[in-house]
This record gives sequence, C-alpha cells and structure tokens, in this order.
Amino acid sequence: MRYLPHTDEDIASMLETVGAGSLDELFKDIPESCRRHEELHLPEAMTEWELNDLMLDLSKSMATSPEYKVFMGAGSYEHHIPATVPYLLGRSEFVTSYTPYQPEMSQGTLQGIYEYQTLVARLLGMEAANASLYDGASALAEALLMAIRITRRKKVAISSLIHPMYRQVVRTYFEPTDCQVLELPYLENGRTDLSPLKDMSEIAAVAVQSPNFFGCIEDLQDTGKRTHEKEALFITCFTEPLAYGLLKNPGSQGADIACGEGQSFGIPPSFGGPALGMLASRMKYVRKMPGRLVGMTKDKEGRRGFVLTLSTREQHIRREKATSNICTNSSLCALAAAMYMASLGGSGLGELARLNYDKSEYLKEKLRKAGFRISFQSATFNEFVVEFPENFTATYKLLLDKKIVAGLPLKPFYPELMNHYLLCVTEVRTREEMDDLVREVKS
Amino acid sequence: MKELNELILPKDVRYTADHEWARVQGDVVRVGVSDYAQNQLGDITFVELPEAGDAFEKGEEFGTLESVKAVADLYMPVRGEILSINRELEKSPGLVNESPYGDGWMIEVRMKDPAELDELMTMPQYLEMLKGLD
Amino acid sequence: MKEYFATTGLNLNEPLLWERGKKGRCGFSLPRRDVDSYPLDEELADRELNLPDLSEFEIIRHYTRLSQWNFGLDTGMYPLGSCTMKYNPKINEKLAGLNGFAGAHPLLPATLSQGALKLMVQLERFLAEITGMDAVSLQPAAGAQGELTGMLLIYTYHKMKGQRRSKIIVPDTAHGTNPASAALCGYRPVPVESTEQGILSPSSIDKVMDEDTAGIMVTNPNTLGLFEENLKRIAEIVHAKDGLVYGDGANMNAIMGIVDMGKTGVDVLHLNLHKTFSTPHGGGGPGSGPVCVRKHLEPFLPVPRVIEENGKYLLSDDFPHSVGELHAFYGNFGVMLKAYCYILSMGPGNLKKASQLAVLNANYIKEMLKDTFYLPYDRPCMHECVFSDRLQRDQKILTLDIAKRLMDYGFHPPTIYFPLVVNGAIMIEPTETESKEELDHFIEACKTIVKEAEQDPDLLRQAPKYCKVKRMDETEAARQPCLTG
Repeated sequence: MRYLPHTDEDIASMLETVGAGSLDELFKDIPESCRRHEELHLPEAMTEWELNDLMLDLSKSMATSPEYKVFMGAGSYEHHIPATVPYLLGRSEFVTSYTPYQPEMSQGTLQGIYEYQTLVARLLGMEAANASLYDGASALAEALLMAIRITRRKKVAISSLIHPMYRQVVRTYFEPTDCQVLELPYLENGRTDLSPLKDMSEIAAVAVQSPNFFGCIEDLQDTGKRTHEKEALFITCFTEPLAYGLLKNPGSQGADIACGEGQSFGIPPSFGGPALGMLASRMKYVRKMPGRLVGMTKDKEGRRGFVLTLSTREQHIRREKATSNICTNSSLCALAAAMYMASLGGSGLGELARLNYDKSEYLKEKLRKAGFRISFQSATFNEFVVEFPENFTATYKLLLDKKIVAGLPLKPFYPELMNHYLLCVTEVRTREEMDDLVREVKS
Repeated sequence: MKELNELILPKDVRYTADHEWARVQGDVVRVGVSDYAQNQLGDITFVELPEAGDAFEKGEEFGTLESVKAVADLYMPVRGEILSINRELEKSPGLVNESPYGDGWMIEVRMKDPAELDELMTMPQYLEMLKGLD
Repeated sequence: MKEYFATTGLNLNEPLLWERGKKGRCGFSLPRRDVDSYPLDEELADRELNLPDLSEFEIIRHYTRLSQWNFGLDTGMYPLGSCTMKYNPKINEKLAGLNGFAGAHPLLPATLSQGALKLMVQLERFLAEITGMDAVSLQPAAGAQGELTGMLLIYTYHKMKGQRRSKIIVPDTAHGTNPASAALCGYRPVPVESTEQGILSPSSIDKVMDEDTAGIMVTNPNTLGLFEENLKRIAEIVHAKDGLVYGDGANMNAIMGIVDMGKTGVDVLHLNLHKTFSTPHGGGGPGSGPVCVRKHLEPFLPVPRVIEENGKYLLSDDFPHSVGELHAFYGNFGVMLKAYCYILSMGPGNLKKASQLAVLNANYIKEMLKDTFYLPYDRPCMHECVFSDRLQRDQKILTLDIAKRLMDYGFHPPTIYFPLVVNGAIMIEPTETESKEELDHFIEACKTIVKEAEQDPDLLRQAPKYCKVKRMDETEAARQPCLTG
C-alpha cells in the first residue's frame, strides 16, 4: 500500500532489533478478552482510480451550482471564492503543519493567524479576536459561557431570532450547568422584542444576531444601551460577516463580545463543515476568552515574531479550570478567511457587501411587484422572508425539479410562520436567475 | 533551575508547604511566595489577587500565579481579612521573580488568630521539606 | 564535515498585510453589477472599513513567503506523541474539493443531498466496525467536542434515572481536554494515580468509585503508550455502581483491527479523524471528533441523525432523548469525507497493518534510544514511547533544549512535558508512515544531540539556529499581550 513504506526486509530487521518474532507478537500482552480475531468487516481496499469514480458518482447526486440555483442562506452562504485562495491554502506547509506550539518552525501559521485576528477585530470593531473556534454556533455558546465567567451571574437572555440551530447548541452546552437561558420574542417588524428585559435581573449577557435569522438588521445601539443598563454584557452574533462590509460594526454599537460564523469568507459551504467560529471581545476580557491567541513578540535577538500566548487560559495548562476545553480549532479556515479578506481589501469588501444588498433588494422589489408580501418591514442585508401562498409546497417541489431551490421554509423553526420562506441572494445569483425565480413562483 | 544551596531563604519569615511565606508586621501579616516557587514557575506573567475586604480561611485559595507555561494556586497561610494588595504586580508581575520577599509581596492580612503563625514552618524546617522533594 | 539534515535556504522576510498594500488596490475580481443601487438607511451603514488593500500578486507573494517559514508534515517528520502525525493523502484533498461536496448547502432537501448523507451513514458504520461499538455520531467538530459530547451522554444517562452525579474519575496521565470537558459538564474531576508500571490499577479505582461518581475517563492505549491491561476489570467496578466508562480514542492508531474496544467495557468513545484517519492538521484545525457508543447510549446521541429508509437517506430529529446539538449542522463534513476516502483506500488488511507498523516503529525507536534518553517504563510500548531528560541533567540540559536542537536536524520536536507524570517528558510517536530510513535519521540526530549536550551544551541552549526566528520571548508576549496590529 503506497502509504506504508515498510518492506519485508525492513520489518524483519526491525523485529530483530525489538526482539519480537512477528508483528503479532508486539501485541502479546493485550488481554485475550478484547482481542479481535476476525478481519474488520470493511470494503476491500480501493485503488485510487476506483475511489475517484465512487466519489465522483456520489458527488453527482448533490444539488450545487452551476446546475442548481440555490436561494438559501440560513447560516451557510454561497460566495465567489477567488482562485488564489484555494491555491494558497493548498500549500502543504499550511495544510499539513501542526498547531504552532513550536513557534520557531511555525512563523507562517502564526503570522497568518495574527493577521486573521487583526482583520477580524477591525471588521467587527473589537479590540481582540481569537484564533478561531469550531463554528458560529459553538462560538455563541462559548461567548455566553465567557460572559457568565466574567459577571459570575447565572442567566443569559438570547433573541429568538438567533439561528435556531445556534440556540439549540447553546441549550445543549448549558444543559449540565446551573445557568438559565431565557429567550426574547420578536416583533412584527422582524426585530427582537427587548421589552422582557426590564423585568429581568442578574443577567450575565444579552445576545442578539444581526442580521438576524429573518435577515433583518437589529437596532444594536439600542440593544447595547438596554443591556448595559442591566449591567450585563452585550453579545452580538452573526451568520453572515459580509454584512459588516456595509453595516455599522458591533464594536461601534457597544458590543462587549462579537461572535459568529466566518464561512462566507473564502470557505465553501461543504455541506455545513468545516466552518469558522469567530470570537472577539474587549481587551479587558481577554484573559477570560476561550480559544488560542497569537501574540506578537521578539525573539532573543530582537527579531519580530509571533507566538501562541496567554496559554494559561487553555486546557493543556489550566485543565479543569480552563476557559474552554477547545484544543483543535479551525485554523486553516481562519487562514482562508484572512486570505479572502486580504484579496477583497477594505474597498472591495464594501463594494461586495453593497452588491449583495442591492441584489437582495432587487429580488424583494420584484417579488413585491408580483404580488407577494415581504413578511417583515425592517431593513435586511442579503436575506429576507417572503410569504408565499398556502399551497406553495407543491410549487416548491416543482421548482426543485427545475433545479431552483426557492428558499428555506420557516415552518419547522417558527410554526407560526407557515408559508413563509427565507430567501438569500448573494453576488453569485444573477438578475436573470432572479427573474426566472419570480416568473416561476408567479405561475 | 536553582540548586537548593542557591535559593534565598530568609529567616525572618515563616513558610507553608505550598511555598508561601508570611512575615509579621504588628498584627498585620504580609504574604508572598518563596524563591523556590518563583524559580520553579519561571517568569511570572500574571498575578490574580483578591480585593481588600475579602476574607479567607487558613489554607483557602486566595489567588493564582501564572507563568508562561504554568499556573499555581495561592493559599492563605493564616485565616484573615485582606487589608491591601500589591497593585505594582499588575504592571510588573516580574517583581515576584526579582524580589519575592520584598517588592514582590502579594497581600497584607489582618490575622484572626496569631497562634496560627506558629503552625507554619521555620526556615530550617522549610529547607528540610525542600530537600525531600525531588 | 558531517552534513546536517537541515540546511540553509533562501527564505524571504514578509511584513504584515497592513504594512503592505496601498489604498485602492484590489486582489479580487468584483462580480458584474447587473442590478441598480437601492437606498440604504444611512443610520445603519458605515463607510469606514479599516482593512488593507492589496493586489493579487502581493497576496500570492505574501502567503507563499509565509508558507516557507512553516515546517509541515510534507517537509519532514513530526514524532509528536498522541498526535498521530501520519501522511495526509493527496487524493483525499482532491476529492474533498469536488464541487458536489464543497458547494453543497447543508439545508438542501434530502433528495438533493443523497451522496453526502450516504457517505455519512457509511462512515458511521466503518467507525463502528473499527471500534467495535454499536452507533456513531459524526457531529463533534474536534476531539475535545467529542469528549464534551461523551460527557453529555453520560450526564443524560444518569438524568434519565433521576440522578445528577457530581464527580468523574480522571487518571493522572489524561490529556488536558479530559478534565476540561468534564468541568464543562459540571463534573468535578477525581484524580487517580497510575501504578509504577504506568497503568491504572483496579484497586485505585475501587477506592474512589461511588454512587456520586458518573464514571471514568480512560485513554487506551494511555498517554504513556501503554495498553491499559486492567480496563475490563476497571469497567466492571465502575459499572457495578452504575457509572459509565468514557474512552478517549486519540490513540486508536495502535489498535485498529487488533483490539475490539467494545469488548473492553467502554460505553462511549471518541475518535480523532485528524489523527488516526489521516486528515490534515491545518496548522491547528479543522479536525473532527466522532463519538461511538454502545447500544444503551444510542438514544442520547446528538441530532440530527442520518437514517436510511427504503434505500434513501434522510436527516431525522426524532430522537426525544438526544443530548441536543453540538454543531450548527452535521459536523465537519469536509473532514469526514477525507477519513472516508482513507478507510476505503486502506481496506481492512492495511488498517490493521498500519497499527502493527505504528507499534513496530515506536518499539524500534524505544530500543534504539533507550541508552540515549532515560526510559521511565522499560517495557514494550504501543504506538508511542515516553523518555525524559533525566540523563542530561548533569549537563543542565533540559527537554526543551533537546527539542529545540532537533529542529536544526530537520525534525519537528516530539511532544514535550506531557504526560505530566513524567518529569521532563519526551513523548515520541513516529506513526506507520515513516520509513525505517527516516527513523534511523531521527535516532542518529537524537544521539548526536546527546553527544553535543556532553561536549558543547551551548549548541542546544542556543538552538534552533536554522529557523527563521530564534527562541521567542514568551514572557513579554504574556505580560504585554499584543494580539492585533
């Protein structure tokens, strides 16, 4: 097998050195009660060519661009990824290297991640960002736990317009704790209803998502003000960071912690993973932050260099008192995001965000003109909710056959929103495709 | 790593098994960590101390000491109330390394029971204990 | 003159992104605008975005230069204990990039994502077979998240019986993620010491096991590279008080096709696809940490689960006792895919061979270096072996110095200062993909370094010499953290 370099001579020679008569003898001390005697019941080894054929075949059953026009976001976004990003990301010194615990031989990763941290902090208007978490959902859970550690309070209030799966993950993380997760309802205009806050006491944090699951942009400044009145930490989360190429960033609106999903930045949807959990906070909370941090320093001869720092927060040192149990993160995805942000630059990011917004507004307008109701009046970024007629499921299925995915039905997540669909338009969708969609749903 | 005979072990303080020292100044006790502790931990990067007014039992954890690669908990040598903390350690945690018994002091405690001091080790007793550690 | 393995080469310095670039440059082909501009509430918008602007070529040079400062697996050997740094097959990278997989939205209707769903179901079955367990969840995004899932499974098992146990037994050889994961689940870790032989004894577990203890977290083979021979007996003790056994499967590479973990008494086990199953480390991630369980824990597995109905695959949330969700979607599909390809490429015979050769390689290194470095446990090891710097103490040379000097010989250092039970630990795991010649090079480098320690110890203390930077001032980095530029 091409991954196993040992020849029979190698094995014989090494067995002799080791003092064993056979490979099996190396395992002689393993108790009989747990030995496997049968061969593993797995498919016979495939050649590279057979594997290639199998995987091509499997991949053909998947509905993707350019064949399919998918108008869905909801936490996973189709964006153009420049050829430069996978090209650079594919360099084996990035792909096959280990966590940079030995900084002298990992300056590439370390500088790359320091740059990522900086770009994320600037994008979100925050003072410090970490080197990545697994995804937006676990990032939110970690942010809430961080707020609990900082304030030593046991309640958090989260908006019901945060991505339903994110809220599920938060509840899963919180289940074995003695902390409470309270949900804030939503208003008719598609934003979070903050009024229950006035009756809440001793809350550690208030978290909203902006743009939220309905695509609506929350009033972050107001939310921040009301949160701080409760002496709680203001956490903003996001599933579409591209929005901050256009909108006022969380830091400028008073966020203490900003977290979310970075997949839009140079990482393909990949059926949901790997993803990129972003987390940033005020500098004063950095010692309570989970995840790795890369810091700039000098070597003993005065050269600038980078190193993992503040490691005493982490599991390998602090063990049960660590800020999190996270070890492996999403480093390569963070590097992809940095490359993507670097490619776009400040001006490019702003333009691309504006294009997303305008395309989404175009579809909104066309749907309105075609007689459909846009469910929520608040401004949106590149996603919005539309109300389709009662028997739309049949139309939806017909559209699937025509290779159009007309949004995500909201009913499974918000039972009161039967017939409402969440549509997403990024720069990938063309005017023609949108015109086709509208024409199809009208008929 | 210092050898035993290189360690600074003043006689005017009492020692705990967790390597804290306590020096009486009237009815106030000043507390820090020994030269052995700072040498073992390496360059101190951060000191987490309680607030003035906090009260602790003898042996209770009152803070932590961090170096680049390790964390050590700090334990009260005597029962008492924190009168003051060494704020210099916030910006200069290295004082613990440079002057563990002097400028690197950590907290000042109003003792509840001065007799507790006698339960602590004298310098020769502490040195014996260190010899027993590998 | 003896030629070192490592050599000099021309690497270029490269500044930070924002030290490069000029306002107005762009490295991205902005898509054609085919719609008009729509009004936007100025209250919501922000014109200032302080990100650097670079041209495409600047970005290419930037990251190409950065990559050259990195040592990767493709550069040379990484004998990191408990990390299983084995070769990352390139065909797996290519297949993960297929448009049908990379471009797939996770919320597509099941009818339009059969390929991915089928792959996941098959991978679950493969992993169940390899571990000897009954059911699998691929959802956890890394080993530590798999551990948390395992803790949640155990928590739920007791919760269903109306119990809330507060402790869990954690051996002194455990990886730091073990107690950290336990703590996230509200368990207080109860430490137990390994014996002088380096393994756990049933009596030490018996002493601490009670009805308030949720169970035990065991790594097998353990972090000393030794098989926990008493695991079955320990499991019996824990089970007798209705506790559960959590297996940290990070060291699975030693036992594929040889040990049936299902027969050891383990109730739940996690795997690291980025270790045993060859997916790349990516400089720190992404990985994947599936959990494998015995039947009695299956109802608690995270949702959604992929189920098969009349030859079709779909996702189902219909598991009322599930612990919930750990990931927004289904886990790191792109990583799962590579592990799937690896298992299919190896086949059952080669997976077993891989484990055998991993163990052979580790024992070979142990035999060849046991007079060079101090070997605390002089007995047959599994896929990794642990040494220490005790023999070098007279020269006042530390494990750290040895590690740094190894870089000058073209090797990534082994895992150092872990496990904590060995002072100055040096944990070496070669994996099966290193050839005998590579191992011999490594052995020779170690021997040369030890000689240098005797004759010219400063060579070690000043190491590394050939890397882009010398030893870093980690103290200042922690005292005055500078995390953004």
